Amino acid sequence: MISGTEALVEVEEGVKVIPGGNAFITKLGKLVDFGVNWSRLSSIWPMTFGLACCGIEMMAAGSSHYDLDRFGIIFRASPRQSDCLIIAGTVTKKMAPIVRRVYDQMPEPRYVIAMGSCACSGNIYNSYSTVQGVDTFLPVDVYIPGCPPRPEALMQGLIKLQDKIRKEELRWSRFR
Amino acid sequence: MGKIEEYTVKRDADRTDLKLNMGPQHPATHGVLRLELDLDGEIIRKCTPHIGYLHRGTEKLGEDRTYISALPLTDRLDYIASMNNNIGYCVAVEKLFGIEAPERAKYIRTMCAELGRISSHLLWLATHALDIGAMTVFLYAFRERAMIMEMFEKLTGARLTVSYPRIGGVRNDVTQEFIDRAHAFADEFPTHMEEYETLIDQNRIWLKRTKGIGIITADEAINWGLSGPMIRGSGIAYDIRKHEPYDAYKDVEFEVPIGTEGDVYDRYRVRMIELRQSALIIKQCVEKLPRGAILDPNAPKFTLPPKERVMTDMESLIHQFVLITKGPMTAQEGEVYVATELPKGEFGYYFVSDGSGKPYRMRLRAPSFVHASVLPLMCEGGLIADVIANIGTLDIVLGECDR
Amino acid sequence: MEPLQVVEFLREEFTDDILETEEFRGQMTLYVKKDRIVDICRFLHDEPSMAFKYIRDITAVDWMDKKDKRFEVVYHLYSIKFKEMIRLKAAVSERDCSIESLTSIWRGADWHERECYDLFGITFKGHPDHRRILMPDDWEGHPLRKDYPVKGPGPDHEWPGFQEVLEDAERLKEHEWER
Repeated sequence: MISGTEALVEVEEGVKVIPGGNAFITKLGKLVDFGVNWSRLSSIWPMTFGLACCGIEMMAAGSSHYDLDRFGIIFRASPRQSDCLIIAGTVTKKMAPIVRRVYDQMPEPRYVIAMGSCACSGNIYNSYSTVQGVDTFLPVDVYIPGCPPRPEALMQGLIKLQDKIRKEELRWSRFR
Repeated sequence: MGKIEEYTVKRDADRTDLKLNMGPQHPATHGVLRLELDLDGEIIRKCTPHIGYLHRGTEKLGEDRTYISALPLTDRLDYIASMNNNIGYCVAVEKLFGIEAPERAKYIRTMCAELGRISSHLLWLATHALDIGAMTVFLYAFRERAMIMEMFEKLTGARLTVSYPRIGGVRNDVTQEFIDRAHAFADEFPTHMEEYETLIDQNRIWLKRTKGIGIITADEAINWGLSGPMIRGSGIAYDIRKHEPYDAYKDVEFEVPIGTEGDVYDRYRVRMIELRQSALIIKQCVEKLPRGAILDPNAPKFTLPPKERVMTDMESLIHQFVLITKGPMTAQEGEVYVATELPKGEFGYYFVSDGSGKPYRMRLRAPSFVHASVLPLMCEGGLIADVIANIGTLDIVLGECDR
Repeated sequence: MEPLQVVEFLREEFTDDILETEEFRGQMTLYVKKDRIVDICRFLHDEPSMAFKYIRDITAVDWMDKKDKRFEVVYHLYSIKFKEMIRLKAAVSERDCSIESLTSIWRGADWHERECYDLFGITFKGHPDHRRILMPDDWEGHPLRKDYPVKGPGPDHEWPGFQEVLEDAERLKEHEWER
């Protein structure tokens, strides 16, 4: 598995090689990285998936007052067309298989934002039917605390995600 | 997953009917409602709603907490109108303890409840119209909703989950600025209403998609236990604000609109008139707002002392400690059921007290739970496209439906 | 008709079936025999001078170790015409944990009873669709019973559906892009 820069060996200035893999990375790779990352971060299409209270703030963020469209963020109703899953609300144990299924349906690259305290850690609902944080069964990229987070907080989370995508390297070879 | 076939389309080879699964992740089901539809072509033969995807165990958690600390749980039931939930909870606990909020607090609560009602109905209008295909209403309605959210934020510090009322009153007094803004909002709101109505009231597509759809007769509405705009759309003037007035509703004048046909369009009209009536109630509350205390003199037994007092005063510190750990000390053995009129319908709080600081049984009778159960009645025999209109007209919130 | 009159009226009709009455904060509670609940409710529903045509709520209370009969099923009936509410209670023991269903009188009782079964494990005889409603079908135990822990029975007794998700997540981890 290719991971970050630490696995790379620099054989000459500006030319790196992946040990074991038959690939060289030159400055051109950086350019491609930049292009791929730029296009990815400029059009994060999240999935419309409001689970509870946070879904309302997600809607508010998408509406006229806050206007997420200006970041290139357009809500898609199908997991097949979206890059980002915003878990907006409490995930119960009954709902967990469906959340996981939606995530599995999304194509790579895919990102997960845990919006709100419930998705981050379970919040006040430390009960028999609530999942204590979605990171028990999903890889989460950005956590947004708050109950519910304000639309500005959601935007901040999305900008953090953009920063994360901007720093990615070599994430353009594999896809499924 | 093991149960993949449960969530996918099924087709029997030698039969023409189709089993279609709608939800729990469907943009038009307003949350995590799942419908199992048996189709014959485009006609629905059988509709089975499945709920429980947002069951968070609020009742159980409420029984594990003191009366004070269970208040934030009620915010997150009907999260579109959390102010109304809080007020209902406080009214119910006050009745259990036999105390009453002072006049000023009652008026403030009434005003806030009506603001909450407007924000809830606006969200309903926005999403209902969006589902049926009128996108612009969504943008218009959210503009006005943002105003209410800002007002709530000024007053309470939170936009959505406010936790503003307290047992025996409200947390803090309203400022003159808030009162002015509420009055100005109530004044200008009817002109915004006209904007929405221009867009959809006589719109031919809107009429085609709502008239004669999802009809519920008056007898059916009573028998199924519907409440709120759902029962009023069928022609029964059942409104808790009139039937069992709480807070300041007996002192303000307003009309209860009723429909005649009991279809989606009638319920839309009922809610639109309710929006106007709510603006009127806000205006009256602002004009009549009495002076005085905002907490009942007995209320210190039920509310936490201010933080600065806790830090400097020994008595307050002890008081806070006892309240947090044991709950209000004067709970009597007994039980009350208090219904309040939420934007969705009748929300009932049923408390059984065993004399301790925690409710022995906290039961929440949610309108959305009852309303979701009539979906088969409305959908069966209709077209699949009308399911969206029917879900929209129910105005269900799964948070309170599943609790 | 006032709640007190309702009680008198009922006493005439069902002398032995009304066990006890209680008033708290102006709300009347009637303890009735559980075998006669359908008859009493039908009478309250059909009698024009009372017209309790609206069912507000059906729920239960678990009196574990506090009362002889563990459960009480609580009915809140309302008369829209006369603006009166009345509360009926029927005690149900743990051994014979069942009561007649009221769905033949009120269709609205359907989901309330299903919920009551789901969370308390009280069986409603004659219910047309007697399944769990909030919890998954293969959930073990009835959460609102007092002996059910608030945080659930613990990780060793996890609901199989969720356990499966956790295992899936573990299994599919290797296919994830590393972060």
